[in-house]
Amino acid sequence: MSLGPYASFIVTAYALVALVLVLLIGWVMLDYRSQTQRLRELDASGITRRSGRGATELT
Amino acid sequence: MTLTDLANPTKFLALTARILPWLAAATAVLLAIGLYQSATAPDDYQQGATVKIMFIHVPNAWLSMFVWGVMSVAALGTLVWRHPLADVAQKSAAPIGAAFTFLALVTGSLWGRPMWGTYWEWDARLTSVLILFLMYLGLMALWRAVEDPSRAARAAAVLTLVGAINLPIIKFSVDWWNTLHQGSSVFRIGGPTLDRAFLVPLFVMAIAFTLLFLTLHLAAMRNEILRRRVRSLQMMQADSRAA
Repeated sequence: MSLGPYASFIVTAYALVALVLVLLIGWVMLDYRSQTQRLRELDASGITRRSGRGATELT
Repeated sequence: MTLTDLANPTKFLALTARILPWLAAATAVLLAIGLYQSATAPDDYQQGATVKIMFIHVPNAWLSMFVWGVMSVAALGTLVWRHPLADVAQKSAAPIGAAFTFLALVTGSLWGRPMWGTYWEWDARLTSVLILFLMYLGLMALWRAVEDPSRAARAAAVLTLVGAINLPIIKFSVDWWNTLHQGSSVFRIGGPTLDRAFLVPLFVMAIAFTLLFLTLHLAAMRNEILRRRVRSLQMMQADSRAA
């Protein structure tokens, strides 16, 4: 596959899209981990939801 | 399952737990197919290989407007129907929409430099998309600035609906004004003007990016619900300590 004289523009565009999407996916996954961790800590401290279910029960 | 059932965050979390793995897998498969088709697509007789930038630029540009459309429906859900998950949907979509808009602007610039001879031109299409990007950032700043979530939700909903005026301006800017940006070549009366060799990978990439948005949006909504659960439990903890 030859990208011709503008290969640097094409490669930069694809690399940038890949980088931003990886950061976006990583941010969502880390945020999930952070929230579940905080819920586990609250569960360990004995705090329960009004429904009586544990903080870490996702459903 | 109806929209009313989804008003219950617990049922929504159960639904996302079931469908997120399938959505993520479908996104990965379609993205792989789309990337392969983009890599093997022929060069355009005028643009040469830079036509490959179109396969990532167009899906990002389409999603930049689609996400604001989703947020506008969610804003109506907040203001009119008072759906409990509407503001969760709106708040969660904003950073994702901002990322897609940023990528649409940057990939457009990287295509424009070799084809137009400039990275940027203050024409109607480029300027209106830049305004959309700034509105995304403004909305995210608003959510952070207002401490009371219900007040923030109402203010963000109003701003989102006002900002929706920009969507038809972006879409029709190439028809209403004389712009450097070319006119519509896919969604137009009379059908697409693109050759099938470019149209197929473009559609596959557009569907893949749309599925990626749906996956990320559902995951971000789940995170936001958990964040609010953390907040309410921390308040309960503080109340029990004070009592």
